Amino acid sequence: MRTADIDRILKKHDYKKSALIPILQDIQAGHRWLPMETLKYVSEKLDIPLIDVYSLATFYKSFSLKPRGKHVVTACCGTACHVRGGPKVLQELQNELHIGVDETTPDKTFTLETVRCLGACALGPLVVIDGKYHGQMNTKKVASTLKKYAKKKK
Amino acid sequence: MIEMTVDGIPVQVEEGSTVLDAVRFYGIEIPTLCHHDGLSEYGACRLCVVEIGKGENAKLVSSCTYPAEQGLFVRTNSQRVVSARKMLVELLVAMCPSSKTVQDLASAMEVTQVRFKVDRMNDCILCGLCVRMCEEQMMAKAIGFVNRGKNRKITTPFDLKSDVCRTCGGCLYICPACELRCQGPNADTDLCNACLNVQPVCLKEEDDKMCFLETCGWCYEELGRKKKKMEKK
Ligand code: SF4
Ligand code: SF4
Ligand code: FES
Ligand code: FES
Repeated sequence: MRTADIDRILKKHDYKKSALIPILQDIQAGHRWLPMETLKYVSEKLDIPLIDVYSLATFYKSFSLKPRGKHVVTACCGTACHVRGGPKVLQELQNELHIGVDETTPDKTFTLETVRCLGACALGPLVVIDGKYHGQMNTKKVASTLKKYAKKKK
Repeated sequence: MIEMTVDGIPVQVEEGSTVLDAVRFYGIEIPTLCHHDGLSEYGACRLCVVEIGKGENAKLVSSCTYPAEQGLFVRTNSQRVVSARKMLVELLVAMCPSSKTVQDLASAMEVTQVRFKVDRMNDCILCGLCVRMCEEQMMAKAIGFVNRGKNRKITTPFDLKSDVCRTCGGCLYICPACELRCQGPNADTDLCNACLNVQPVCLKEEDDKMCFLETCGWCYEELGRKKKKMEKK
């Protein structure tokens, strides 16, 4: 991410220390993950010790300190999704993408993540791709759904 | 001045002090681990538990973080408190059997068994003393807590050598896990309890305990035995 973009986000939040979380969220929305240099830059600009920024970024699971692919695939492992076959869907996703959980495909297209309940249990088993909910997922639908995203540029 | 009752005794304390301050001021011992004079309170170890309130409403709180209140009714050594403390020490030993501080606490509280899986590879008990030392006394803020849940640990940003650490060693100095137990890190047993098995020389010679240092576990035991003898008589 370019420094100018980060500056814009910082300015939007008025360089407020208390806005650290929304700032990191905005940066991640644009860049998909939080590189070390970016965190250092934010820490300097906001005058927050680097360790505090790092503590916060590692505390919340929604922040990623590892590069993520173009599309983030999140499989729900919550109780409701689990009993409806979530684990099978997750396994199928791993087989299709040839990666494990929290990993990114070598071509940087997909990142696979898990989550514990998204609060939409009635739709389970649930898979979220780039924020779009794909409910009633099953092993047969996995490949075709992924294909749709693989074709998309972004 | 605030007036409260501690172990049945009416006490007066200054406003703004914690229950721990008040109780210690009156000479009542409360074990602590994550509390340190000169550092802010953190309330991580819970060893300083006391029971407040009466009857059904009585509850356990950590005295180091609980502000003294007018009319507070405090019990520092109720059955509930003692058994809670013992359980906490057991858990601490399971987390860090190589620490002298933790082993001493175990002996002092007569903890002679650990019913949990002891993790010999783990050291840090997440008391946060090092983090507060670094921030509040060394003004460095080089280390802190990262991750969460079972992955929570103390480290520098990105696990790299910190730019702001002044290598003062303050964090090592204060860390209870860094102080090794008497037998070293590879002791045969999980619990040391050596202090429970050694008779202070003074007791044999003088028939009274002459050392007025912090009570060791043995003295507690001996006192107990004496009491029983007296009761029999
Ligand atoms: S040695 Fe470094 S990390 Fe430890 S207290 Fe000193 S400044 Fe902080
Ligand atoms: S490293 Fe030591 S002082 Fe720091 S939290 Fe762990 S046990 Fe406590
Ligand atoms: S368990 Fe998957 S959305 Fe609730
Ligand atoms: S000393 Fe009070 S919680 Fe640790």
